Amino acid sequence: MTDQFEPTIIGFTCNWCSYRASDLAGTARMKYAPNVRLIRLMCSGRLDPTFVLRALSEGADGVMITGCHPGECHYIEQNYKALRRFLLLRRVLTGLGIEPGRVKLVWASAAEGARFASETTTFVEEIRKLGPLNWGKDDDGPQTADDGKSSIVHGQEMEVPA
Amino acid sequence: MTTNGKPKFAMYWAASCGGCEIAVLNTHEKILDVDANFDVVFWPVAMDAKYKDVEAMEDGSILLTLFNGGIRNDENEHLAKLLRQKSKIMVAFGSCACEGCIPGLANLSPVGDIVHTAYNTITTDNPNEIYPRTSYDVPEGELHIPTLAKVLRPLEQVVDVDYFMPGCPPESHQIAAVIDLVIKVVKGEAELPPKGAVIGAGDSTVCDECPRARNVKLIKEFTRIQDIAPVDPDLCLLEQGIPCNGPATRSGCMARCPGVGAQCIGCYGPAEGVMDYGARLITAFSSVIDATEPEEIDRILDGIPDPTGQVYRFNLAGSLLKANRDAWKVK
Ligand code: SF4
Ligand code: SF4
Ligand code: SF4
Repeated sequence: MTDQFEPTIIGFTCNWCSYRASDLAGTARMKYAPNVRLIRLMCSGRLDPTFVLRALSEGADGVMITGCHPGECHYIEQNYKALRRFLLLRRVLTGLGIEPGRVKLVWASAAEGARFASETTTFVEEIRKLGPLNWGKDDDGPQTADDGKSSIVHGQEMEVPA
Repeated sequence: MTTNGKPKFAMYWAASCGGCEIAVLNTHEKILDVDANFDVVFWPVAMDAKYKDVEAMEDGSILLTLFNGGIRNDENEHLAKLLRQKSKIMVAFGSCACEGCIPGLANLSPVGDIVHTAYNTITTDNPNEIYPRTSYDVPEGELHIPTLAKVLRPLEQVVDVDYFMPGCPPESHQIAAVIDLVIKVVKGEAELPPKGAVIGAGDSTVCDECPRARNVKLIKEFTRIQDIAPVDPDLCLLEQGIPCNGPATRSGCMARCPGVGAQCIGCYGPAEGVMDYGARLITAFSSVIDATEPEEIDRILDGIPDPTGQVYRFNLAGSLLKANRDAWKVK
């Protein structure tokens, strides 16, 4: 028994390909990391970046977005929308001090159960390496505010000359 | 009610630039209506009053407080709590109080760095690196200066807020309309909007009020507005590759900036129903990009040099992630 960190990961899958891929992985009893909670969308194009931010703000350590391969989207080209949003979102997260690797985009067709399983396992390992999402911290000492007062404070205090 | 029978009015600035106060004064003769209809009991920018005067007031005895500025230090926090306790109607006035605004961008930096930048940069003459102390003993006793909090918080993250009035600063005609409304309410001629409402603004987006033509034009490049010459005066700026925050921003300013040739930077905050302002803009900007290959999309995105600042310029502290988890812990 080790107390290794088990990340919480939210997965957004599209109904037509990647959710079926996960289904296939399930029915074929492929083994993969159990850390991902899947949420089915009709299409990866439905992926509002708000969902990702919401997941991270509510305690997810990583978010996996999956969709059909380019050119194979059930709604023609909505997965390209997902791709563009994903690339911009990753830049914004970087600016916020969140490792961009916490959000991943995977293309998986309905037949690719094995791919879905292995990508999931890989992602869980990547997030495990990153550790819990614990961003926005800096190192200027303990900063509690349990007494209801504002937390500190100036990094340094210096003598005021006489 | 005071001895003169008029309801009491207060206005306060916490971490703010003063622009919100100027905007109120900019309502011109409307300001006389405030004086005619209210007893102004506390308004540091306009009159002399002491905190202890406010402390001595009965709870709930101020009818209306317009609170502008974010909560950046313990003095701000004290006044926010005090005025909340003394006021019936607490309005988060202006972008700083509503969503953190420009001062909220400092949440991306550790507080030590902020202090260091203020007291020890190339433009600062401070060879001995003297920093302020939050308390200091002098013969007369102990002196205190306000202590910086780790992050700037919008008012709502600190106290209960009744209404939100966005804008940096709110437009004067909107302020005048709100003052009119409150006067009518006092006279029994109108009712207050439901608690939590956004007042002094519209309920759609800046694009909705924008005179520029929108097509379905897609772009191969994002550019800073100053690098495009000439800017088409009639075409949507976003379709010219200029990141314009209009699609996510609440209406109410009559599209003031795009109307005169500058892009909207988002000072009216998230439009109705937008849970995260930045996320909505990510969607909007992505939708005009004309590319399907990751490399090309990335090249186009390089045209937005500071994407985080671009999509959260006013809303960082109020965003879903609040830019800093520590903000969530304190209320
Ligand atoms: S909202 Fe804008 S005008 Fe008002 S205090 Fe903040 S920065 Fe100044
Ligand atoms: S994106 Fe900007 S320029 Fe285009 S319609 Fe909206 S507000 Fe106007
Ligand atoms: S156009 Fe945008 S930035 Fe300009 S005043 Fe209106 S909301 Fe503010």
